[in-house]
Amino acid sequence: MKRSQLLAILVLVLLFVTGVTSGFWHADSHSRQFRELPGAGPSAAFPLGTDELGRDRMARLLFATGISLVLAPAAALASTLLAAFAGGTAGYFGGWWDRCTVRIIDLMLSLPWLFLLLAARSLLPLNAPPAASLVMTYGLLAALGWAGPARIMRAGTLRLRRSDFALQASAQGCGEFRILWRQVIPNLKPVLLAQLWTTIPVFILAEANLGLLGLSASEPFPTWGNLLRELQNPFAVRPETFAPLAVVMICVACFKLTAPPQELSS
Amino acid sequence: MRNIVKLLAPRLGGLAVTLLAGSLLTAVLVRVSPGFDVDERELDPRLSETSRMAIRQERAANGNILALFGNRLSRTVLHGDLGNSPSLNRPISQLFRERLPVTAQIMAIGVAGGWALAFALALPTVLCRSRVFRGFAGTLQQVLMCLPAAALALVVFDFGGPVRALVALVICPRVFEYLRNLLVEAYAQPHILTARAKGLGGLQIWARHVLPSVAPQLLALAGVSVSIAFGAAIPVEALCDLPGIGQLAWKAATARDLPLLVAITFLVIIMTQVCNAASDWASFREKQA
Repeated sequence: MKRSQLLAILVLVLLFVTGVTSGFWHADSHSRQFRELPGAGPSAAFPLGTDELGRDRMARLLFATGISLVLAPAAALASTLLAAFAGGTAGYFGGWWDRCTVRIIDLMLSLPWLFLLLAARSLLPLNAPPAASLVMTYGLLAALGWAGPARIMRAGTLRLRRSDFALQASAQGCGEFRILWRQVIPNLKPVLLAQLWTTIPVFILAEANLGLLGLSASEPFPTWGNLLRELQNPFAVRPETFAPLAVVMICVACFKLTAPPQELSS
Repeated sequence: MRNIVKLLAPRLGGLAVTLLAGSLLTAVLVRVSPGFDVDERELDPRLSETSRMAIRQERAANGNILALFGNRLSRTVLHGDLGNSPSLNRPISQLFRERLPVTAQIMAIGVAGGWALAFALALPTVLCRSRVFRGFAGTLQQVLMCLPAAALALVVFDFGGPVRALVALVICPRVFEYLRNLLVEAYAQPHILTARAKGLGGLQIWARHVLPSVAPQLLALAGVSVSIAFGAAIPVEALCDLPGIGQLAWKAATARDLPLLVAITFLVIIMTQVCNAASDWASFREKQA
């Protein structure tokens, strides 16, 4: 493993632990308002200052980091499993199921990803409670993000199904499901892992885009996308308002650096 | 000619099936989405009971999903009528006519600029073999890939940058990565190495040997980059207040203007499928040549 990859893993672990445990060591809640200090600059009490409503930016950023680093991988896992099921069964069993799956994948991939998310998010209630809107946002990412990985899973399954060892297992009398379970799925694990790891930064960026467009979790829940909305007011832009953007970029870069080699996913 | 028909026929069939499936799926999602059976107009105290009844009947007529879909499809295909936008209270076709040129301009600048920038970075990276330039190009690509398109739009907008050219910064890193790998492979081919060893000029090698070998893949990528450009145009238009189709899609989403959303979906499917078919065809022609 390269030094840069080790550093990226260290940064990710640090961000994850800090984000998840932010509630323990940061006394101020993400939604607590300090009404006498709206828009305050950085200080010892508030390292990143306060926002227009007097909320501690640091507390909100840490809380959002925890949310994103738990929910984005969870959504990516759900999406990858969905892709494995759809792509794997389509590639292995073929026939009408394969044709239908390929058509659905084509349909989903023919629409730009952000437009698809925007359209689907608008069909769900926009004034849902904060926790529900958060689950809906990441659930939507999981439900719509499977098409790309499913195509790769299908190709991988097709290749394995036609492999010599699968043919030999079939010739020795192994059933279809036994070949799938014992031969195909274990060999697909590296592809699955690569897909899972490359999907996480895609979901992080998608949430940030949705949040900036006002379609992510509703207030007072902070997400990276919601925090970036402060940049919408040019008069409120100060160096500390770029902190969420810096954290998003660092996190995505670390995920990209630690991604498994490309040949596994292609 | 037969080959072209063979290539285009499945594409056109695919386009028709995708359009039908896409519009049916959107219509089903619209029908089952929460709040479909509720009309805010009923809360207007100025309306009489007869008007409210008329509104309810209108909603009830939309209750049968297949009838609703058939009705919309026939109106669209036979009469070219895309319906009205409830939130903007204007015909959808008129909205498209006004906004399409803006999006087309943003996308054209974005695609052309993104490809030009990608070429400007990829060619020296492959040819010069300078570590400094390679590091610079790689870092720039990674930074642009790690930035959410919407945040990029806001930052450029806040600093008074050229927002209409922003899509280029979204397309450039994606094209650059693919282009660099293609060019590295192409320049490593034995006949190109021989040509370089024999002293053939860089421009001649590029025009006679490299470009013809990478053109089919590049043309295929060109179709995909149009789709990426539209995806990037949505946050750029929405956040930088540019009156294009992307902003319209965002407005439709936030106002839950479902007829408008269905019409935009229809338009986007046609656009991406036509672009993909065109790039496939061009790529096929290039391979044949």
